Amino acid sequence: MSAANATMQTETVIALGGVDFIADVSGALFDPATRTLIVADCHFEKGSAFTRLGHVLPPFDTRDTLIRLEAVASRLRPKMIVSLGDGFHDRAAALRLSEDDVARLHALARIADLVWIAGNHDPEAVTTLPGHSVMELALGGIMLRHEPGGAGDFEIAGHLHPAAKIAGRGRAVRRRCFVSDGRRCILPAFGAYTGGLNILDEAFAPFLARETWRIHALGRERLYGIAPALLLND
Amino acid sequence: MPAPQQNLLPPAFRDWFAARGWEPRAHQLALLDAADRNASALLVAPTGAGKTLAGFLPSLTQITRRRNRRGLHTLYLSPLKALAVDIARNLETPVREMNLPIRIETRTGDTSAHKKARQKTSPPDILLTTPEQLSLLLSHKDAGEFFGTLDTIVLDELHALVTSKRGDLLSLALSRLWALAPQARMVGLSATVREPETLARFLVPQDGITPQAEIVTVQGGARPRIGILETARALPLAGHTALAAMGEIYRAIEAHKLSLVFVNTRMQAEFVFQELWRINEQGLPIALHHGSLDAGQRRKVEAAMSAGKLRAVVCTATLDLGIDWGDVDCVINVGAPKGASRLMQRIGRANHRLDEPSKAILVPANRFEILECRAALDAVEEAAQDTPDPRMGALDVLAQHVLGMACAAPFQADDLFAEVTRAQPYEMLTRIRFDAVLDFVATGGYALKNYDRFARIRQGTDGQWRVSNPRTAQQYRMNIGTIIEATMMKVRLGRMVKGTDTLRGGRILGEVEDYFAETLAPGDTFIFAGEILRFEGIATNEVIVTRSKPGTDPKIPSWAGGKFPLSTFLAARVRAMIAAPAEWKKLPKQASDWLAMQQKKSILPPRDKLLVETYPRGNRFYLVAYSFEGRLAHQTLGMLLTRRLERLRLKPLGFVCNDYALAIWGMSDLSASIEKGRLDLDALFARDMLGDDLEEWLEESALMKRTFRNCAIISGLTPRRFPGDEKTGRQMTISTDLIYDVLRRHQPDHILLKAAREDAATGLLDLKRLSDMLARVEGQILHKPLARVSPLAISVMLEIGREAVYGEAAETILEEAESALMDEALA
Repeated sequence: MSAANATMQTETVIALGGVDFIADVSGALFDPATRTLIVADCHFEKGSAFTRLGHVLPPFDTRDTLIRLEAVASRLRPKMIVSLGDGFHDRAAALRLSEDDVARLHALARIADLVWIAGNHDPEAVTTLPGHSVMELALGGIMLRHEPGGAGDFEIAGHLHPAAKIAGRGRAVRRRCFVSDGRRCILPAFGAYTGGLNILDEAFAPFLARETWRIHALGRERLYGIAPALLLND
Repeated sequence: MPAPQQNLLPPAFRDWFAARGWEPRAHQLALLDAADRNASALLVAPTGAGKTLAGFLPSLTQITRRRNRRGLHTLYLSPLKALAVDIARNLETPVREMNLPIRIETRTGDTSAHKKARQKTSPPDILLTTPEQLSLLLSHKDAGEFFGTLDTIVLDELHALVTSKRGDLLSLALSRLWALAPQARMVGLSATVREPETLARFLVPQDGITPQAEIVTVQGGARPRIGILETARALPLAGHTALAAMGEIYRAIEAHKLSLVFVNTRMQAEFVFQELWRINEQGLPIALHHGSLDAGQRRKVEAAMSAGKLRAVVCTATLDLGIDWGDVDCVINVGAPKGASRLMQRIGRANHRLDEPSKAILVPANRFEILECRAALDAVEEAAQDTPDPRMGALDVLAQHVLGMACAAPFQADDLFAEVTRAQPYEMLTRIRFDAVLDFVATGGYALKNYDRFARIRQGTDGQWRVSNPRTAQQYRMNIGTIIEATMMKVRLGRMVKGTDTLRGGRILGEVEDYFAETLAPGDTFIFAGEILRFEGIATNEVIVTRSKPGTDPKIPSWAGGKFPLSTFLAARVRAMIAAPAEWKKLPKQASDWLAMQQKKSILPPRDKLLVETYPRGNRFYLVAYSFEGRLAHQTLGMLLTRRLERLRLKPLGFVCNDYALAIWGMSDLSASIEKGRLDLDALFARDMLGDDLEEWLEESALMKRTFRNCAIISGLTPRRFPGDEKTGRQMTISTDLIYDVLRRHQPDHILLKAAREDAATGLLDLKRLSDMLARVEGQILHKPLARVSPLAISVMLEIGREAVYGEAAETILEEAESALMDEALA
């Protein structure tokens, strides 16, 4: 079963605009040249946002997301950590963070520059936490922004929460995934309480050339390349 | 019990009985006598004994006599909405014929808002309803007024209710009713059960003061006439289709007026139905009835049965419970009965008259099932029962009830604790657990964050707990009940538009579980609603299918739709039978020959030891364990054993199981490993697998996640999904799988995880049974290395390819998808 695969584990490279990015099993994207770590759609405090609506959900989602971010940061040692928009679930989310989680963000800010790209959930600048707030960010010739489809030849975006579904052995497996077509890469959502949108959904159609797209699904210990022909609808 | 007297019955009733040529039966008089003394009673009787009339007679006579005729007198609760409606209709007959001044009404989900409102202002004398509707009524402020006049509470089909979370919910509702109407008398109606004393405790407050309910037992009337179908053709070693017996089943249908053909799964129902029609030369009206068919279609079948228009109905457990749809004179049980009590209830569906024997035919589908049928038949002859043990009340159900009680009226925690622990399922509930549930209901019970501002219920300075806002009460009422249907998807028959390749939607055929639909790829064929269908795709949340070409074989065999595991009781009997060659003469020759072959080629699984065979086959190595603990426990065992073998680097590839045994296969020679001492079977089956190994597996187990999801919904952590929610977007809810992962990592001792674990122990993972078995076989493993597969092992091996194969499925599926990508690249 899986014991043999541990040794086969190799880095998954996503090439874009002349840069070889490393797609990490955590769902983060890393540029080794500039030591930039990119995570999309953290949706901090999504749990407490739902709780306000009357369903008292476990409040550990921000902590969980941050612990995973710390883990990937300690492995890859980035100089810059970029939140690709929707880092916060709503405008008031930053104010609901627990003291612990605020301390975690400060600790991260001591090892790397934090950059908060604006998203539709968090359009306003983050003022109470470390890091810079920007609308978008250029990494060489590649634009980093929340929603795909902006100007420029190459783009890294989030927003759509891509997920791939395949079936076999009498059951279906649905996993978050990276999806890229050589021009654009859309990152999976990183937040603990974020769902996924099937990449066959028409929302993806305007942004990806299906003839050339590559799909990398998040497994337990590594990423798996998925043949597009095997993709299933929800 | 004092001698029942005829004069318990008022003259009008005596005349009515006489006019019909009836005598009141002893148990009917016994219940009247109990009512006369204001004593609660449990009536245990086989089907056909006139249970319902017995339960209602005291109410009918009392209401007729009562002077101050105001308010609800009798509350009747049934597990099925349809049964409540049916009983109401049956009660109308004596009421009309005796011209009694009694108003009888039902209250179900189908009752109009107008009628419900009128029932509140002007209650009927007798109200028939379901446990969910009762909880709903109790959550209103006026519950005390409405139920305060109650004299009698009748619980029907009690044996069926108490084994589930619905029983827990009902018990909690009763604990409140006992507080609102302390004078009320309880009447329980039940089929024959193993321990009526235990069941009787459900009926009255367990407070050490209230006397226990009296038990009135009706002995079974005429012995049922049951036979095992002995087919001339050899039965297969595995499989559940009973194909070999189809001709004989058909001839039995021909020889009777109306036959019920019971099967264990919906897939089996589909198959048997189709095969019977294939050989239906006379065009006998044979119908199909199972839980996934469109409700309208089911109603049609039921009506046709009542009208005597059918000769046979192929059905699943949907027709197990007490509604009489027609004059059934033969019950045919296809496949193994799985439990002796279940079999008796099914047999009771034939010939609803106590003094005439019911007629039943058992049809084993493979050789193991011959043994199981024989064991069940012996049990029925001895009238031995294997109804399940009473359950401990579930914590998620308690959470739902606590919120409901806050909606009804402010409460003190001490009082509510005293109240709920009067209910039998919760009598052992500790105060610590109760407080944890109360904390969960109020603010989620999380260690990390102060959620006081979002509290659903709050404690005032007077110590009383109150619901925080009207929205909470509204959410509670939307969420009431314990039945979580697997999300179902409608199956729609599509038609090709002529001259194009577009599909147009046709009629709805029924529903399948979404997890079944998820595994289908376009072009897959499967049997449903009596036809072989081709899966075309999913459109706006419906499964679109077309009729496949005649002669196509269904490709997807595993639409299980409800499987019962073998009862421990029957398993023990089957094991005893195998271990005692002297008993084999009772078996058909093909079964005894098969066991004799096993004795010769390997050894017989002993009664008190676990036989483990290892052998090579092809380029694989197999391990078969004859544990006889039922499919669910075997699945869990298989998951845990493959993990351990993997850690020992013995390269397991997968496993399959049936109710009797499980088979694991892999790449490394297990016989050699055992001989060299690399693999120690005692260590492999050691009980500590239920420690860390189990924990590790639970982390990713889909079964555990499904269990947690049910707890999350019942407890009110997340809302139920309603039809149409999907369209409003995925942002409305957070997947309970994600919540499970996060909660498990950060607060593993949370009360809801405990609730889910307790469910898993008896539910989908059957941990309790597994743990009992592991304790029993400690140091009692009998290893038999073989050169080739043994006769008994073949029956498990044949499940390969027919049943789902387990392994580390998710990662393996991803791996296979990746290699498909490699193939594509190399092509």
